[in-house]
Amino acid sequence: MRIFAEGDFSWGVHPIDCAYQKRHVGNMAEVVLEINNLTRRFGAFTAVDDLTLSVNAGEVFALLGSNGAGKTTTIKMLTTLLPPTSGEARVAGFSITTQAVGVRRAIGYVPQAVSVDGSLTGYENLLIFAKLYDLPHREQQSRIAEALQFMNLTADAKRLVGEYSGGMVRRLEIAQSTLHRPKVLFLDEPTVGLDPIARDAVWKHLIDMRANYGTTLFFTTHYLEEAESHCDRIAIMHLGKLDALGTCKELEASLGPGHTLNDVFVHYAGTVLDSGNNFRAVSAERATAERLG
Amino acid sequence: MTATLIHPLTSFVEKTFVITEFELRKLRHDFTELITRALQPALWLLIFGQVFARSGAMHTGNIPYLDFIAPGILAQSVLFVAIFYGINVIWERDLGIVQKFLASPTPRAALVLGKGFSAGIRTLSQGVIVYSLSLLLGVKLNWSPVALLNVLVIVILAATLFSTFSLVIACIVKTRERFMGVGQVLTMPLFFASNAIFPTDIMPGWLKVVSHLNPLTYVVDALRTCMLAGSPSSFGLGLDYAVILLATTALVFIGARLYPRLAT
Repeated sequence: MRIFAEGDFSWGVHPIDCAYQKRHVGNMAEVVLEINNLTRRFGAFTAVDDLTLSVNAGEVFALLGSNGAGKTTTIKMLTTLLPPTSGEARVAGFSITTQAVGVRRAIGYVPQAVSVDGSLTGYENLLIFAKLYDLPHREQQSRIAEALQFMNLTADAKRLVGEYSGGMVRRLEIAQSTLHRPKVLFLDEPTVGLDPIARDAVWKHLIDMRANYGTTLFFTTHYLEEAESHCDRIAIMHLGKLDALGTCKELEASLGPGHTLNDVFVHYAGTVLDSGNNFRAVSAERATAERLG
Repeated sequence: MTATLIHPLTSFVEKTFVITEFELRKLRHDFTELITRALQPALWLLIFGQVFARSGAMHTGNIPYLDFIAPGILAQSVLFVAIFYGINVIWERDLGIVQKFLASPTPRAALVLGKGFSAGIRTLSQGVIVYSLSLLLGVKLNWSPVALLNVLVIVILAATLFSTFSLVIACIVKTRERFMGVGQVLTMPLFFASNAIFPTDIMPGWLKVVSHLNPLTYVVDALRTCMLAGSPSSFGLGLDYAVILLATTALVFIGARLYPRLAT
């Protein structure tokens, strides 16, 4: 595995890298996500193998890798949906193995599949989660109104979500997952199935949210240009292992001049054509793309 | 000390009702299922019940057969609605809704019990249909407020019990195809190995034992006791309630343990 520390390479003029540098000069020690030797096995198959990394508060962090690399399994462990076989992780100071409820209070989660209910209105989907996250009764309406406004969904709040476009559904899911102002927002392929305009809109809201609330964004994606445009740091996983970690510039520079993130991805994630998820995961991914698209 | 005990309990109750609210809000937007579900009890009471009442094949003591079968058909309607409730959970799993609930700080038992209660409230419409048809057919109903309240509570508890059983099965089989197969296999034995449409006295010994292990038998007995005028309980209303509550509690506990499997 190659881990590129800040300062190993020249920072250049990449705006995101500069922003990252500025934020972390004043915020050096605040690690919001700490993963140590995290491993998950399913029988003889090791989905995540001895993963160790940390993410700073306010960072936008991408986990890349080909299908079946272990990205979703990693997110499931960090969101307490799946217990690790061994190893440990602390999210916002809470252990995923012994303080799961603390972790759940501190995070928001947008799964890859559609996670809002199409037979309820946008407002109702938010109201239910405002209650589940124990928002004080007197604050619920104002938080929901603010979230709807922030995600540009106020005019559609009373419509059934089944009538929403794919981009609106994703924005509603993000609003639902951030009503309680989580410290870390986990997003598993947040823009899968969306057209470029909807993807841009989703990212604009995510970046605004990070700027306004300091939320740490930890996401997986297959769209390398998203990682390049929006991320402070990128990790590349392959066959359950962490193969590379650094800023986009650092990763590109590691292969020599003139290389792109795409080259880096191919270099680390390999070119094995038969890699990929199981049938259920592929079906779910395609179903999500169909529902949103 | 007291506050530390009360807070988790009130929080658990609140979250349970939020999940119930989540389910019932869906019903408010589309209540066609309440109408379509009315057909089944109508068929059983109007066709099966009337034909068997005329045949005189069933000996039900001092109670006319139509009176005997009316609470059984209500219990059967509750069972049939609730036992397929698990398929909604599999649907929510495929969508990603289950994962989102499980990543929230909601207690797992509240997720399970809340869904169970919502099934209970959904099946109340079956009660209205069975009462209306019974009235039409001249069944001697007990209209005392206490009896009606008991019927209401028993219907909700029974639906909670069977929908939670359904959820447990869903957590084990995880796919719609397997669930439909298992659901079909379980429904009919539960129904026929109970006192819903014939008294246990006429059953062979082995079936009588099975029926005494079947929670539906106690649901039917409790409903028959409360719904009909002058129908004594076979087991005692206290035992009926105890069996229903115990089975529900055990299933909610098992469901809460198994529910996270849906996210994997």
